[in-house]
Amino acid sequence: MTAVATTPRTLLRVDGLHVHLGQSHVLQGVTFDVPEGGVTALLGRNGVGKTTTLRAILGLVGRRGSVRFDGEELTSLPTHRVVQRRIGYVPEDRDVFAGLTVAENLRLAERDGSRRYELVYDLFPDLESRGAQRAGTLSGGQQQMLAIARALLNDNRILLVDEPTKGLAPALVSDVAHVLERLSELTTVLLVEQNLGVVRRIARDAIVLDQGRVVHTSDAKELLDQPELVRRLLSVGSQG
Amino acid sequence: MSTFLLLTITGLGLGAMYFLIASGLSLIYGLMGVLNFAHGAFITVGGYAAWWSEVHLFGGVHSAWPRFLLAALTGLVIGGVFAALVELVLIRPLYNRHIEQVLVTVGLSIAFVALVQGIWGPDAKTLAVPVWLHATTTIAGAHIPNDRWIEIATAAVVLGLLQLFLRRTRYGLIIRAGVENRAMVTALGIDVRKAFTLVFAIGGIAAAVAGVLGGVYFNVVGPEQGTSLLIFAFIVVVIGGLGSIGGSAVAAMVVGLTQQYVNYYASSGVGDMIVVLLLGLVLLISPRGLVGAFSS
Repeated sequence: MTAVATTPRTLLRVDGLHVHLGQSHVLQGVTFDVPEGGVTALLGRNGVGKTTTLRAILGLVGRRGSVRFDGEELTSLPTHRVVQRRIGYVPEDRDVFAGLTVAENLRLAERDGSRRYELVYDLFPDLESRGAQRAGTLSGGQQQMLAIARALLNDNRILLVDEPTKGLAPALVSDVAHVLERLSELTTVLLVEQNLGVVRRIARDAIVLDQGRVVHTSDAKELLDQPELVRRLLSVGSQG
Repeated sequence: MSTFLLLTITGLGLGAMYFLIASGLSLIYGLMGVLNFAHGAFITVGGYAAWWSEVHLFGGVHSAWPRFLLAALTGLVIGGVFAALVELVLIRPLYNRHIEQVLVTVGLSIAFVALVQGIWGPDAKTLAVPVWLHATTTIAGAHIPNDRWIEIATAAVVLGLLQLFLRRTRYGLIIRAGVENRAMVTALGIDVRKAFTLVFAIGGIAAAVAGVLGGVYFNVVGPEQGTSLLIFAFIVVVIGGLGSIGGSAVAAMVVGLTQQYVNYYASSGVGDMIVVLLLGLVLLISPRGLVGAFSS
């Protein structure tokens, strides 16, 4: 018997995406595919448009071009309708609601019948015991867990995760990477991440942006195994 | 002592009306970033709808209390519906266009006064209220008009209901979260525009309550009553902290009491000036108002 390798089907297709923020032409025709399942890393130096790409997919910023999710065009939909297509979002600055309790933050994120509290509390037992605590009083790491938990609560088909390890202590980075690894077994993840060690550990595919355009797409490990290419595209060493 | 007590209860009564107006203003600004200069129109709608319905709809009701309560209820309903329509028709198309929103709400407030004067004339209308409301209760030698109790009690009930709504309902949760970060609420898949309309309706009802109670407090409802009350309600909102109902409640009482004490013990009119100075002082010390001062 011969094993036949199957190409995963495309879940999200971004085509010719343009975003202007004020006078800046931040995204200049970004085009890429995200295959179903696993982690696709969106990489690039600071300010090349990674966060804006995620925000544009969700419709949080005005955009031109095409965003197709499972064949459906999203660009004509308001943000809440885009998210209701089962797209979860973990923003760069966590954006937990500081004045609400942990339990209220989670309750607010409940979207439909399938509320996966068991899974959330299995991954983040701390959140269950801190249910009555105001989210603003949590540590940075705990707030990150809460932000991920909010996206995980619903049975999303894709998670857009923006720099989840940013500003976290090394021990917490490893915890977050572990959680993302678990997530990738459950759903598709489009991950913006600067920490190449985390990318190496969990990402299957890599897309590199530069000056608002996609300049490289490949298997993530294939990219990270070429230090000269990594240095040229990302201006860093690939050891992470 | 009796004068001080009278001033205190009267100040709290005035503060109660400020709170009723400010609570809606504060939620609208906190959630939507809309400075609603048309809020005075909601007050006028409440007062005039109560007066008109009392004369034309419930004139046949001979007992004073039921007639007054039915008229007041009509004022509340019409105030809420009017506010929701303002949001749907005038504010929603200008979402995120703050200058245009200010122009539209200022325009509506001016046009509405002219409209009321055009239909019912410039003279204020007497709201017929139960005799008890204009009688007094003597406490420690102070003859306190009974309507003050109603104003304070109504504001307390509205404060309690608003807190219950904000803490115990899903829409309350959405509004509290939206005051913090509206974009993130939509990124959770929530249609925040429904909350916008709801907040306008709630603000309109609370303002209409103030319009009816203003008719009791001042004995009349007038075309410009809403506008004059609105100025102090804006001061209350800024002192209390934009988006904070509790902050508005405390600030409303501080403003109402300050006006009464200073106008009596210093000179009439000085109280209003002191309130403006107080606003400046709060902004200098804590630009986010009382909420900012206590949270930092």
